[in-house]
Amino acid sequence: MAAFFKQRNVIAALIIFAIIFPFITNNTYFVHVMTLSFIWMIGVYGLNLLAGYTGYLSLAHAGFFAIGAYALSLLTTKAQLNYWVAFILALIITSVLGLVIGLISLRTKEHFFAIYTLCVGYIIYLVIDKWDSLTGGIRGLIGIPGPGNIGPIEFTTPVSNYYLVLFFLLLTVLVMYRIVHSLTGRTFIAIRNSEDLAQTIGISTMKNKLLVFVISTFFAGLSGALYASFIRFIGPDIGYISITFDLLTYLLVGGIGTLSGPIVGTVLIVWVSQQLQFLQDYRMLIFGPVLTLLVIFYPRGIVGGIAESLMKRKQKKQAREEQLVMAKKSVAATAASNENR
Amino acid sequence: MEILIQQLFNGLTIGSVYSLVALGLTLVYGILHIPNFAHGALYMMGGYVTLTMMTSQGMHYWLAIAVSAIVVGLLAVLMERLVFHPLRHAPPIHDKIAAIGILLFLEALAQFIWGAEYQTMASPYGQIINVAGVTLTMQRLLIIIAAVVVMIFLYVFLKKTYTGATIIAMSQNREGANLVGINTNRVAMLTFLISGALAAIACSIAAPINLVFPGMGHLVITKAFVIIILGGMGSIPGAIAGGYILGFTESLGATYISNDYKDLIAFVLLVLILTIRPKGLFARGGH
Repeated sequence: MAAFFKQRNVIAALIIFAIIFPFITNNTYFVHVMTLSFIWMIGVYGLNLLAGYTGYLSLAHAGFFAIGAYALSLLTTKAQLNYWVAFILALIITSVLGLVIGLISLRTKEHFFAIYTLCVGYIIYLVIDKWDSLTGGIRGLIGIPGPGNIGPIEFTTPVSNYYLVLFFLLLTVLVMYRIVHSLTGRTFIAIRNSEDLAQTIGISTMKNKLLVFVISTFFAGLSGALYASFIRFIGPDIGYISITFDLLTYLLVGGIGTLSGPIVGTVLIVWVSQQLQFLQDYRMLIFGPVLTLLVIFYPRGIVGGIAESLMKRKQKKQAREEQLVMAKKSVAATAASNENR
Repeated sequence: MEILIQQLFNGLTIGSVYSLVALGLTLVYGILHIPNFAHGALYMMGGYVTLTMMTSQGMHYWLAIAVSAIVVGLLAVLMERLVFHPLRHAPPIHDKIAAIGILLFLEALAQFIWGAEYQTMASPYGQIINVAGVTLTMQRLLIIIAAVVVMIFLYVFLKKTYTGATIIAMSQNREGANLVGINTNRVAMLTFLISGALAAIACSIAAPINLVFPGMGHLVITKAFVIIILGGMGSIPGAIAGGYILGFTESLGATYISNDYKDLIAFVLLVLILTIRPKGLFARGGH
């Protein structure tokens, strides 16, 4: 039974479930919600790599999300570029901006970094909000085209959009998996655990931090670009600090610094929010305290909490087995000594 | 010339409010060593409590402010007891996230109780006075006076009383303070009380010239961060000076550069400072 729940089987089951999900439910609304949560997940993965694995809490994540979304929208609507050209350009623009901002902001540490990125996030938001001639200001942009055709494949139906986003999500997870389990990933973790120590053993911390910052903004941009072409209209609100807080909530509930955390947290909260739709404006009445309590009692979220309890049970089992072996040995030893007597 | 004087006066008004908020933030930073993101929510709560006291209880403006200062102060103490105290040994990223959680909760709570719409606070001091060709409203003048009085009180309290000295001692060295017999728990609670009260007073005196709404703390708190980085984290004179510097920069920038982008000034200022000095303007100790 236990073997059935092995990691590989669970992952395969989840992927199969994600693939057949649109066929199980005929409700297009559910497909819509699921697609949206996949898009958020991609952004949350970016944040996870930076905040969870490297220990740098960036509060400008929504800003990069907005940059990706606006870059795609402006390139497709105002510059009339081909969708996929615009898509790739949007990712490049976000990453280059991430590189520039990372170069400066990563000179700061800990809370200075958090405050710095908070301010950078505000600047991005205010620029989008006030630069009326380019971004449409508070009215936002409308008429953003959906994903263009790739050869014979069209993305006009909600279900085809769902698969496109799912494809990008799987790609994101794969990339994250490879990064975290590579030497680079270990380097990030080393920086999180002790930056001074990492530097002492010869890790170029600045180079690695910059790398992780750019990767993180890349995924924020990817998620933003997908969002823009999925929702079809955007406003400056998507760059506001509350979006960063939303992403952070998803990450924390799922488990910061874990690979499956972003999926668990996002799916859970997006669905719970859908159920609590009547609470829309007040959902933070619940999620705010949840966030705080989680940090106090389960700092590594649901996934981290489960992993910890599994580990403990395993240890206990091991200890019990060892005890049993010891007991048997002592019984055998007494028996032997009795015989000798 | 008149415009310049007018703008300098406006800068003094805004700066007074900023200084009060930054003072509370910097005091808490001295104790916690984390930026308290929830401070903006305390500011917002202060405005709402004063407003409610005035409208539903019919209290006088100053009495309402006093009640609000006490209520928000106690709220801050509650926050310290329930959240920051249990987290005192956790990595700094946890305190920050917990503070964000409180911020989100209090904002949603305010929206739940008082609604999302913008409300105005009527001040009994709407008179307009003319001094040497400069038009001032009584309220703006009061902001400056009230802020200065509060600051003097705080200064005397911190420098001249025994209890005040314990706060300074603890911000200098927590273990050392504990060793010489200071009850650090009590001092931490006291600091949060003062910081909450300062936020409530700042918001209540500024609200008549602004509006009261759930998100009103966002910009102010972010600017307060700019100020305490400008003035050195944990430094009290720095917070006051930084507040006025930012106030003047903003009001002059709004007139002579661009009114649309005036909120950007603070952030660009901070980005510039941190770009040149990653550890703040007055950071002690090297790498």
